[in-house]
Amino acid sequence: MALSKRQRATYARYAIYTLSVLAVAAMALLVDWTRLSNAMFKWEIVKEQFPSILTSAAKNTVVFTILGFAGGLSFGLLFALMRLSSIRPYRWIAATYIEIFRGIPLLVTLLALGFGIPIATGWQWPNPYLQGAIPLSLVASAYMAETIRAGIEAVPKGQMEAARSLGMSYPRAMITIVIPQALRIIVPPLTNEFVLLIKDTSLISVLGVTDATRDLARFGRDGVTDSANATPLIVAGLVYLAMTLPLTQLVAYMERRAKAVGK
Amino acid sequence: MSNETILIDDYVVNINDLNKSFGSNHVLRGIDLHVQRGEVVCIIGPSGSGKSTLLRCINMLEQPSSGNIVVLGRELTHIDCDIDEARTRIGMVFQQFNLFPHMTALENICVAQRKVLRRSKAEAEMKGLQLLARVGLTEKADAYPGQLSGGQQQRVAIARALAMDPDVMLFDEATSALDPELVGDVLNVMKALAEDGMTMLVVTHEMGFASNVATRVVFMDGGVIVEQGPPSQVINAPQEDRTKSFLSSVLNH
Repeated sequence: MALSKRQRATYARYAIYTLSVLAVAAMALLVDWTRLSNAMFKWEIVKEQFPSILTSAAKNTVVFTILGFAGGLSFGLLFALMRLSSIRPYRWIAATYIEIFRGIPLLVTLLALGFGIPIATGWQWPNPYLQGAIPLSLVASAYMAETIRAGIEAVPKGQMEAARSLGMSYPRAMITIVIPQALRIIVPPLTNEFVLLIKDTSLISVLGVTDATRDLARFGRDGVTDSANATPLIVAGLVYLAMTLPLTQLVAYMERRAKAVGK
Repeated sequence: MSNETILIDDYVVNINDLNKSFGSNHVLRGIDLHVQRGEVVCIIGPSGSGKSTLLRCINMLEQPSSGNIVVLGRELTHIDCDIDEARTRIGMVFQQFNLFPHMTALENICVAQRKVLRRSKAEAEMKGLQLLARVGLTEKADAYPGQLSGGQQQRVAIARALAMDPDVMLFDEATSALDPELVGDVLNVMKALAEDGMTMLVVTHEMGFASNVATRVVFMDGGVIVEQGPPSQVINAPQEDRTKSFLSSVLNH
């Protein structure tokens, strides 16, 4: 007998559900849960992580993220404005900068600036936080410059014209009229970039951090070495999630609200 | 010599041999236009005739390709001209209103007074409330543009331009984006402004307004001024064929 298209789709869906349930059941039965939880989520080790995972490691991650974000936002705004400038060399400089730092992996930039500069010049980074945060913010600024530029371009041209027609200079019109409107547009994508930055700070540990400047990922990794157990990494992952989930939910909320307002 | 001085003082806008091209598109072809204080000049013509471009050249939102523009004795086309300062004397009203959406009606009217003219907050707000009363929107002072109808937005935009105490006002199709029933309120504000003696250049499709309010009508087509004169002449008894055919297509339907 011939099945209609809709019947076939229904049966196919049931088949997929059944297979998924079987797969989950098989895993649940076959996996040695005691062994797994001993290796990856051992309660005594979980407890050992606290409080220093929060007071030291997570704090360092937050410090790196905030330094990187603040620097990234300032430089990003600068390069966005340069890309939009009517002066051609400014546009070239900004475009080159953005392409370079977006095109090179953060890891390479971190090593090149964090180690390369001291080797090449004999100059030492005055502060281990800056050694990590400055390369991080340079890379972040390249991404943010593009986000900010898109936000500024999304503000209708008439806004700039109206402001100029009232006698405002270009910088005055940008600061008072265009950028406040652009900021509203770019808050969701900038929040996403903040989340990316939180995670990117985990790369800073390649610079050979001290105990005082150990970030969350490094803390987890050292914990694995010390305890010969994967639990510290799982806990570190959970702490990352505790930071990133509220932010991604916030972005989702802002986007829903923007859609509801219809703008 | 003394005659020339008087001429410059009397004329608010002097445009000589103005040309403007966008790439290969020659939009304005040798425009001469001289507007005296107190005149209300309506610029009419088919779309693409260059009338909006002409208006936008008068406050340098468009850079002329050649020719010179003197407004209130300042040669805007001169390299040393402080264009920002000159623009404070030239009010402009746009087709799309272009109110600042992140500011209330009153803030829209106050922002340039504060940031450009450096007026105190109290002074700017007093001026703003006076102007809102003048355009009939006192109760909308704290409303955001998104909460106002198109006609109300445009009246706020007129108040915003007037807040700078301009010597001349430019209207770029100020009623073209409005629903028909909202056009009247805006035109009434413009008419009252004309009766108060404001020098106005008005790009418009409202032939009734041009007939009743203009002291002079300028008909443009193909980037040139084809015909100009009092409305009784240009609208009621046009001399040029192009004017006649444009008017018959606008007026007869």
